[in-house]
Amino acid sequence: MSVGRVVSYGVPAVIGLALLIGLPQLLDLFVLLQVTLYVVMAILALSLAFVWGYGGILCLGQSAFFGLGAYAYAITAFNIGESSLPVVIAILLPTLFAAALGYLMFYGRISEVYVGVITLTVTLILFNAVNSTASPEYRIGSALIGGYNGLPNVPSLNFPFDPDNTLQPDDVYMVAMATLLIVYFGIRWILRTRFGRVLVAIRENERRVEFIGFDARLHKLAAFALGAGIAGAAGCLFVNWGSYVSPTIFSMIQSAQIIIWVMVGGVGTLIGPILGAVALSWLTAEVGTQHVINADILFGGILIVFVLLVPRGLVPMLTEHVWSRVMQPRRKVAVAAKLAAPGGRA
Amino acid sequence: MTTVPLIETRQLTMNFGGVQAVQNVDFSVAEGELRCLIGPNGAGKSTFFKMLTGQLVPTAGEVRFRGRPISGRQPHEIARLGIGIKTQVPSVFDGLTAHENLWLAASRGKRGRAIDRAVDEAIERLMLRPIADRLVGQLAHGQRQWVELGLVLLTEPVVILLDEPAAGMTDDETTRTAELIHDINRTHALIVVEHDMAFIRKIARAITVFDRGKILVEGPAHRVLSDRRVRDVYLGKRAA
Repeated sequence: MSVGRVVSYGVPAVIGLALLIGLPQLLDLFVLLQVTLYVVMAILALSLAFVWGYGGILCLGQSAFFGLGAYAYAITAFNIGESSLPVVIAILLPTLFAAALGYLMFYGRISEVYVGVITLTVTLILFNAVNSTASPEYRIGSALIGGYNGLPNVPSLNFPFDPDNTLQPDDVYMVAMATLLIVYFGIRWILRTRFGRVLVAIRENERRVEFIGFDARLHKLAAFALGAGIAGAAGCLFVNWGSYVSPTIFSMIQSAQIIIWVMVGGVGTLIGPILGAVALSWLTAEVGTQHVINADILFGGILIVFVLLVPRGLVPMLTEHVWSRVMQPRRKVAVAAKLAAPGGRA
Repeated sequence: MTTVPLIETRQLTMNFGGVQAVQNVDFSVAEGELRCLIGPNGAGKSTFFKMLTGQLVPTAGEVRFRGRPISGRQPHEIARLGIGIKTQVPSVFDGLTAHENLWLAASRGKRGRAIDRAVDEAIERLMLRPIADRLVGQLAHGQRQWVELGLVLLTEPVVILLDEPAAGMTDDETTRTAELIHDINRTHALIVVEHDMAFIRKIARAITVFDRGKILVEGPAHRVLSDRRVRDVYLGKRAA
């Protein structure tokens, strides 16, 4: 292993493990709960960072899978009581749903713009469908779906196959943080495999990928389904964070937020969307407590500023600046020498 | 003829609305052949070419590869049969380095160290060593063409279809491309669509001339290039 690779894996691993173990010791419970939410949102951001930033699939409705994961967990947890199987279902259901949707979109060779339109429409349909199930006849097993009232008092996670031993808030934090690390390093590993490289190549030039004999449709379908599974896991953790889920999880605002996190952090990076999700979720919480400015207006403003001034996002901008400072100090010297030379024009 | 042609079309036809871009074309190329397709603008060369590669599904007729019908198959399936395609505007992965581009192509049919060996060989053969670690999007047009050629060669096709390989190249690059085409033809059959008559003279052995969606003349280069009808078509004397 080269030094560069040790650093590029080692640094995030050390920071991640330190946060995983350290924060529950350092922070009081209220703050730790907030941080748990940010971590969950970071996982959600990673799901889109992978699908959009590397797969080139602009999914405008990533919240559909987040919400499906959340509802799948909540409804099965009410029915089963023990959380091991509901967790699996919360990941599997969005994955299969995305696989079916992806099959129609990618095998139907629908153009990129329509993929965006369809995914957005799907999440809005889910929002309306779930929203209108408030009457008590809408139930799945023992779980009332609850419509716009949402599902309160969702049973929380327990240690696997031990229903009486439920996770405490600091345990939930550690599960969320561990999931974030697994997802982050998992995606990095995938991107090094042939599958990941072909995926990036599809983003660059889908036609050429097919000319060299790879089935682009299948690769996109797999990436889309995988991203949905990650979003579903985030949804499952989200329900556990608040033991509550409502249809707003499918809303346009939720979907837009994910896109803004990824954009602000940097499309085509993984650290960027994590930081974007954490920073903007924190900002949303702060703004919410102060009642000075509407959070949506603030978000819209941030989006406009980034699109105009930092279109590639924070992380690509910063790394490029740092990179050019570190790698090309000589150029500056050369320029300075030229300027200092007699006859050189400043 | 008893041997099965490498690529064969039967009554191949393509209509765009009311326009018959290609009409009932019977065409065949043998194993190991080097064939040039020429013709004036709008003669149907590109449409014909796209039907061979699966980018367009013919309105009627069929394309056969070693006797097997392939029209209507997915582009990646056609590629896997052994048909390599080099497009007119280089179709490469601009955001990746030349090395990464070639790695992808080699990784389709190979595993492990065989990939690296094949990529290294291609880099040598195409003289891409000095630019191997540069992003392809930043390379000059001619260099991008060669990266694309490398991509195509690394998939180890039986036949390579080249769409205007010399378009936009400098004279030196054109000469080098002509040499490369002869070199490649030692191991692969080639079908070259070309516009540039000077380039055609450098490479051509057998030529098929398209005009108005049909084959006008077909035969050895020297005969076709001196054919009166071909000159007329190119010089626009047809109406006279």
